[in-house]
Amino acid sequence: MKLTEISNNINEWFDGSGPLADIVISSRIRLARNLAGHKFLSRCSAAEQSVILKKLRDLLMSLDLGDKVFYLSVDKADVLNRNFLVERHLISRHHAFGKGPRGAVIAQRESFTAMINEEDHLRIQVLKAGCQLTQCAEQINRIDDMIEQRIEYAFSSRFGYLTACPTNLGTGIRVSVMLHLPALKITGQIEKFFNAARDMNLAVRGLFGEGTKAAGDFYQISNQATLGISEDQIVSQFEKNIIPEVVEYENAARSQLLSKEPEVLDDKISRAMALLRNAHLISSQEALFLLSHLRMGLNMHKHMGASTPAINSLCKLAGKSSDADKPYALSIGTINRLFMLTQPAHLQLNHGKVLDATGRDVLRARIIRSELNQDS
Amino acid sequence: MRCQICKKNEATIHLTEITEGMRTEMHLCENCAQEEGITAKGQIPINDLLSKLLATQPSDDEMGVAFESQTSCPHCGFTLAQFTKEAVLGCAYDYEIFEKPLLPLIEKAHNGRTVHCGKVPAKASKNTKKQTKLLNLRQKLAAAVKSENYELAARLRDEINQIG
Repeated sequence: MKLTEISNNINEWFDGSGPLADIVISSRIRLARNLAGHKFLSRCSAAEQSVILKKLRDLLMSLDLGDKVFYLSVDKADVLNRNFLVERHLISRHHAFGKGPRGAVIAQRESFTAMINEEDHLRIQVLKAGCQLTQCAEQINRIDDMIEQRIEYAFSSRFGYLTACPTNLGTGIRVSVMLHLPALKITGQIEKFFNAARDMNLAVRGLFGEGTKAAGDFYQISNQATLGISEDQIVSQFEKNIIPEVVEYENAARSQLLSKEPEVLDDKISRAMALLRNAHLISSQEALFLLSHLRMGLNMHKHMGASTPAINSLCKLAGKSSDADKPYALSIGTINRLFMLTQPAHLQLNHGKVLDATGRDVLRARIIRSELNQDS
Repeated sequence: MRCQICKKNEATIHLTEITEGMRTEMHLCENCAQEEGITAKGQIPINDLLSKLLATQPSDDEMGVAFESQTSCPHCGFTLAQFTKEAVLGCAYDYEIFEKPLLPLIEKAHNGRTVHCGKVPAKASKNTKKQTKLLNLRQKLAAAVKSENYELAARLRDEINQIG
């Protein structure tokens, strides 16, 4: 399969569907595993790494995962394709630009990926739209069971699944949710969220962009402790405590904006609309930042019945989703699509050639203008 | 409100100190607060954490084990000195061989817990499965008692008694 077959479309976990999707963009669970009888990767020769790669690739490709899967040799892929896979959250940056023989098995609908020879021999992940951690946990557990029937994992009764880094030891599970928190940012309360996350021993990262810097008000929170607590307990903490609390925080901030600072809200939305519909050069950071405000406006209308001058004109632009005569109606799905397709590697892959920064800014602005000016 | 020190950034950290009946207030931005040593960085890089933890390990004598930083694993050649650089272990045996020096780090990374109580491979021995299940149930029992959910606690206690 060619990556351009998926690069023009949005992946299922980012299509704006799923429970609590106005704030919880997607849910992800990842398991870290190593094969018994092989050293961890940092001590393996390239030849041993190739043996592990072949063993795991053959095994994974023969499993019935309920979707078509394809294999990609990451170390042989060109830089643009690697960046594309990172932007799409299919592989980590560490995997994309690491060393040695390594690969990824990717399900066509992108809800499942396996990274072979990342930091551990095997890392499998399941991604779903909205708040669906229990479903992710069931699916990944099933896949893990299928793999385990055919090979032996490195496991000790005391420390559980043995991982290259002791921070992943035990369950090897990393539970993450991706959140959209624009109102907390605008109302200056995002620090509260960071502090609360820190108190609960959660890691906070940005969803887009490099490193931990959050762009466009998207944040990813994940558990840090993996030992001495079961998979169910971690998932249930997220579903029963952490997610409801963050959603309540963000909703309270949105209500506060609407009732106490409607001008601030309208200013953000109107400026975002004006710039996105008219700009001829737009950086990826700026696009994320502005699209984030449109996404918030649309969701506030849909979920809170918000009606301010700027939200009303945004909705006019959006049309009614039930209006069959308006196939280009702006929806959350469309905005999410713009988030993804205007990322640097997506732009270039879909354009068919490598572009410099200015070239990308021109193309990005053109795509956004065309999507947001369907009514004129 | 602007930060008192740099006078540029928004003050997000507000500190009230009362010393000998005198009340002082400080309003700082995150950067200046970090420089003043009032707050810690949100995310500590794993390598920093690891090297600091290993640096504060008790000495070899105190532990009663002759652990030189050059002691190497007979299976993979791994040494603790390498661990402070790379932050990853060399093979599964390292968890046994370097258990003592690694334990404080494991404890720190996992909220003080050092024993697995999650999934166990289907192929693992019956005893391992049983022990892990018991640990898991005991933890749930402690949580149930803490949240005063005595009905659940009673059910968990019965289940533990049945297995044990």
